[in-house]
Amino acid sequence: MKIMGDFGGLGIFFVVTLIFPITALIPAFLLQPRHPTKQKGIPYECGVDTIGKTYVQYRIGYFLYALIFLVFDIETVFLYPWAVRFGALGLFALLEMFLFLGILGLGLWYAWKKGALSWK
Amino acid sequence: MNELLKLVHGVVNWGMDTAESMNAGVLIDASVFYALMWVSVLAALGVVLCRNVVHSALLLTASFIGVGCLYIYMDSPFIGAVQFLVYGGAVAILIVMALMLTRRDDMAHSNLSRSLFCQAGAAVISGAFFLCISVASLMTQFREMSAELGDSVTGLADMMLTKYILPFEVAAVLLLIAMIGALVIAKGAHES
Repeated sequence: MKIMGDFGGLGIFFVVTLIFPITALIPAFLLQPRHPTKQKGIPYECGVDTIGKTYVQYRIGYFLYALIFLVFDIETVFLYPWAVRFGALGLFALLEMFLFLGILGLGLWYAWKKGALSWK
Repeated sequence: MNELLKLVHGVVNWGMDTAESMNAGVLIDASVFYALMWVSVLAALGVVLCRNVVHSALLLTASFIGVGCLYIYMDSPFIGAVQFLVYGGAVAILIVMALMLTRRDDMAHSNLSRSLFCQAGAAVISGAFFLCISVASLMTQFREMSAELGDSVTGLADMMLTKYILPFEVAAVLLLIAMIGALVIAKGAHES
């Protein structure tokens, strides 16, 4: 019976987190008064009616953040096995990981220095 | 009160017996697999069928996460975590960024062309791909993983942090180069 292994509890947790909001929403759905008007149907945008198209081209500034996020996201993949075996591998592995993070930290420092993180 | 307790006890006993006779373990196992499978497949179908490309990107991420859950279900938590981080994180962010940085008139009809020629081409290509994958997986002889191998993450960590320490640090340098290179290119576009 595989599913009652390590991740069985996690699975049950997910099922319960699905059931809880749904059971809370069903009575609200059944009991709510329905008086739809056109005014209620428009998307809320700070109380002011939208003018023109709501889709815009975003600033390139977001892209720099996305690039930095990508690098540190890949770094997490390397952190995961290290974290699992940290107890057995000890101090040497800790130093190795600090070196690894330090090399990546250089990149963050470079980005900071070049003003990639400042919002213009 | 005593009667009620007896009734509850009876119901619980009946439930346990039924579960045992129906082989509940296998049933739960199979239902978890099918639930994850349907989430991945339906989300992937939604990627193709949605008219709004932003919805497609969201469903693609859902499909990635469903596949990641399937990896965990198949006792490969590390591959599952990599799937979440790389596909559910990095690839999804890249796709959303590509959508944010391009300009489109109307997001409601932003998915690719729906002409019959395009659909036929897509059907042929994906059919051929499916055929290749099916033949390859039918011809492969899968072996049962031996239990002595232990957790794949443990072995990976031991090798990565002892024997292959240099490639591990070189990976950090590679990531650093990728980040600096991307920043140089993106900053150039930013300032011009």
